[in-house]
Amino acid sequence: MEKSFLEWIVYIIQNYGLWFLKGAGTTLLISFFGTIIGFIIGLVFASIRTIKITHNNFKKILMKIINFLISCYVEVFRGTPMMVQAVIIYFGMQEFMGINFSPTVAGLIIVSINTGAYMIEVVRGGIESIDIGQLEASKSIGMNHWQSMIHIILPQTIKNILPATCNEFIINIKDTSVLNVISVTELFFVTKSIKGAIYRTYETFIVVALIYLILTLTITRIIRYIEKFMDSTDKFTPASSTMPIIFVKKTGEK
Amino acid sequence: MRKNIITIKNLSKSFGNRRILKEINFDINEGDIACIIGPSGSGKSTLLRCINLLEYPDSGKIIYDGKNILTGEYNINKYRSKVGMVFQQFNLFNNLNVIQNCTIGPIKVLRQDPKEAYKTAMKYLTQVQMSSFAEAKPKQLSGGQKQRVAIARALSMNSRVLLFDEPTSALDPETVGEVLKTMKNLASSGLTMIIVTHEMAFAREVSNKIVFMDQGIILEEGHPDNILTNPKHERTKTFLSRFIINE
Repeated sequence: MEKSFLEWIVYIIQNYGLWFLKGAGTTLLISFFGTIIGFIIGLVFASIRTIKITHNNFKKILMKIINFLISCYVEVFRGTPMMVQAVIIYFGMQEFMGINFSPTVAGLIIVSINTGAYMIEVVRGGIESIDIGQLEASKSIGMNHWQSMIHIILPQTIKNILPATCNEFIINIKDTSVLNVISVTELFFVTKSIKGAIYRTYETFIVVALIYLILTLTITRIIRYIEKFMDSTDKFTPASSTMPIIFVKKTGEK
Repeated sequence: MRKNIITIKNLSKSFGNRRILKEINFDINEGDIACIIGPSGSGKSTLLRCINLLEYPDSGKIIYDGKNILTGEYNINKYRSKVGMVFQQFNLFNNLNVIQNCTIGPIKVLRQDPKEAYKTAMKYLTQVQMSSFAEAKPKQLSGGQKQRVAIARALSMNSRVLLFDEPTSALDPETVGEVLKTMKNLASSGLTMIIVTHEMAFAREVSNKIVFMDQGIILEEGHPDNILTNPKHERTKTFLSRFIINE
């Protein structure tokens, strides 16, 4: 007897649920750590980019070269599809450098450097949005560029770019699906395998669409909660401002 | 004779084609309270920012303790930690609370023990009457309170010289007084200060040296009694005439 649509869905979840779970695990793993590593790449490279050399010509030229190389990295990785990057890096490394990564590790590397390219621009925008007075004040007490960045500028920047970073994480959850070209067993690759096993394209992909949706919606919720929590951490009432109010009330009662 | 701290020789600075500072010569001795006055656009703030190297001079010398710091060999960050700055817009570190604002420099730059840095910072916060706000974030403070914390932050670095860049210009008239009072106390404690200001009454009261700047040059300098009551140049006279009415 032919199964109905819903029966197929139930059948797929019952028989292949564990496959989906494993695929979702790989997807989350790659996109989560890829976003974090990309975020760190962004912080480091954007901090390098904002170094300003006012004197010393040799250092000025050196900075120009470094800035040019960073621009090349950003433009190349933003200007080509991640799927193409994945194939070139994965097979290129095997063929020309003899380096054999497992597909998952290769996937993680690709997502990291791809996210990094986007994050450099996001972080740079974030740094530039911080009032220049903050940097001047940190310099005026003798901090060097990295001390200023680590203790003053980046903490403020990170707070501002957190939404953009989380957005990048959600994009990565969806975009890791292109890693199926190098056989990373993430969610999309697993779905293709299941489809191949039971010959039900439509039902299988409906299930995976729901899984992706559950992942992204849950994470959006968690992020919103974190943002709310961060906003509520700056509450303070100084002792001296409450004291007079209490005093006034007491005299008023008499 | 008091010991010379900073001597500026033939200092020039341009932004694009505009020459802001033209061959400035200026010196500061230990315990000097110098007030730089002049119309806006005269280069007062730029001179102050050049002294702290927030703007890097195009030419000239800044001699600190007998050494020219513009040779490229001198450790600029070390110099900056000795020359504190108080800004017009306060520029407190927004991600840190009041006490952290005052201890981060001593801990990270001077490598002080955190407990010791905390003690010093609390001492200066008490001096500016902000110790009860130690745990507050900058955005919870009023302008005058912020500026007093900024002064405590500069003091916590144990600087030899404090630079004030129009410290009261961003404040509302009622809170100007509390900041000026704090600065007066500092002046009487023997700290060396260079102050860019428009508060003429304050300048007359605390300073032992007035520098009048116009169009990138120092037109007149000397004791406040001479400059403020008896200016030689026509330009200084017209500038000061606007303030005399207020006094």
